[in-house]
Amino acid sequence: MKRIVILGAGTAGTMMLNKLHKRLDTKEWEFTIIDQDEMHYYQPGFLFIPFDIYERDDVIKPKKYFLPPDARLKISPIDHVDPESKKVHLSDGEEVPYDFLIIATGTDIRPDEIEGMKEDLWKRDVFDFYTLDGAVSLSERLKNFKGGRLVLNIAEMPIKCPVAPLEFIFLADDYFKKRGIRDKVDLEFVTPLSGAFTKPIAAKHLGRMMEDKNIHLTTDFNIGQVDNDEKKIVSWDEREVPFDLLVTIPTNMGDDYVMRSEMGDELNFIPTDPHTLRHKTYEDIFVLGDATDLPTSKAGSVAHFEAEILEDNFIDVVEGRECSQSFDGHANCFIESGGGKGIMIDFNYDVEPLPGKYPWANVGPFSLLKETKMNHYGKLFFKWVYWNLLLPGRQLPLESQMTMNGKIQVDKEEEQKEQVMT
Amino acid sequence: MDTQTEKKLNIERDEDGHLADYTEWNEEVAEQLAEEEGIELTDRHWVVINFMRDDYEEKKEAPSIRRIKTYSDVGTKELYQLFPKGPAKKASKIAGLPKPKGCI
Repeated sequence: MKRIVILGAGTAGTMMLNKLHKRLDTKEWEFTIIDQDEMHYYQPGFLFIPFDIYERDDVIKPKKYFLPPDARLKISPIDHVDPESKKVHLSDGEEVPYDFLIIATGTDIRPDEIEGMKEDLWKRDVFDFYTLDGAVSLSERLKNFKGGRLVLNIAEMPIKCPVAPLEFIFLADDYFKKRGIRDKVDLEFVTPLSGAFTKPIAAKHLGRMMEDKNIHLTTDFNIGQVDNDEKKIVSWDEREVPFDLLVTIPTNMGDDYVMRSEMGDELNFIPTDPHTLRHKTYEDIFVLGDATDLPTSKAGSVAHFEAEILEDNFIDVVEGRECSQSFDGHANCFIESGGGKGIMIDFNYDVEPLPGKYPWANVGPFSLLKETKMNHYGKLFFKWVYWNLLLPGRQLPLESQMTMNGKIQVDKEEEQKEQVMT
Repeated sequence: MDTQTEKKLNIERDEDGHLADYTEWNEEVAEQLAEEEGIELTDRHWVVINFMRDDYEEKKEAPSIRRIKTYSDVGTKELYQLFPKGPAKKASKIAGLPKPKGCI
């Protein structure tokens, strides 16, 4: 028997296991998947929990429901990987040997990386919503919020789902309007980036939406500390933003076993070939999802497109061929914009998000970079798609490679001129 | 930029003032680029600049503040003292590297 070991049974690892299990002969191949948590979380749903749109039960199911019954699910933290002897050492002392290793251990928030963040005000006036517990506690705090300054801060890039902070602030605007206290709430979006988003054309569209919703945008802010006494965040260049309620997206890092295995970069992300998805040093290791160091978004859609590419490349490798498929960095996201509307963006390594239409057989088209109700329904419908099609590794009517069909090429110079004027 | 500096630094630059070709850099160029930023280079500045040049050779990308603080002995606070306001941008400029790409 040959052994495939997958580290991480989140979105990427679960999809990958189901895809390979369908393609390979289980008389010849043995599958093990390792994770420290028995539950699977629908992470795109965390965003809706603070606003009471979803609750805990909407976003959590046992992992084993989504795995082939003959695959072994081992629950344990990982101590380290030894790529020379081809073994995974678990924290409970077990050694798991592999012929091929697929790493999909994702990224997590590290509030303790920021001075003062995890102190007195943590979970009282300082919250995250990237964990289920964080999102649930924030929903309680929001219910009691009578007015004042709600500040959303991104500590450091890169972060998982870089559109989620924008969605949060748009939904907050909507939430306070519905409660009739929007005029008593100041919303401020504080980011280390130079605009509302990482890519210029989308940043401009999203920046305008913020203006329209009366959300204050503070850019180039690199947080140095949270001042718990005076309730303010302070940047390294000594700018200050006071808050009554701080919603933070703390530093995102890969798991510490990556560091112990000496396999990662300064944020424990793993050097990965951007096209084949093979580990840059070890030929029998592949990496996908948020755990990679690739210059594309850390997002479920990216993990999905990567899984389609890696499925074929993996079969190529085990059958003795070169990798035949090349990943292009494709990402696409629905962005909730409040008021029952959403926008959609679609991009890859080379093409930034553009306006236009996104074709999707039988369902779409969806409008790109434009607020529509259809995009909002697409986002809500996606929860069903996720549990029922995506995780089981079923074929979705989506191309893994980005297409220019429907996109409108924006004249860069025109765009820049306009930017200078506004 | 005054005409004197311009005369001294006859090297192609991009729109943000970074060198177009990092191989045209030398220590004298660094001194002049630092002068444009109003920075007088000390040994600690050179620790950062040398790390950034070495790292760029390997990664082909100007390192982030997090990367500099992880792999050199210069912490974030000191980086802001050495290269006030935007250390990653300023230090990469003086080191003759392109602007850090920022993030995705």
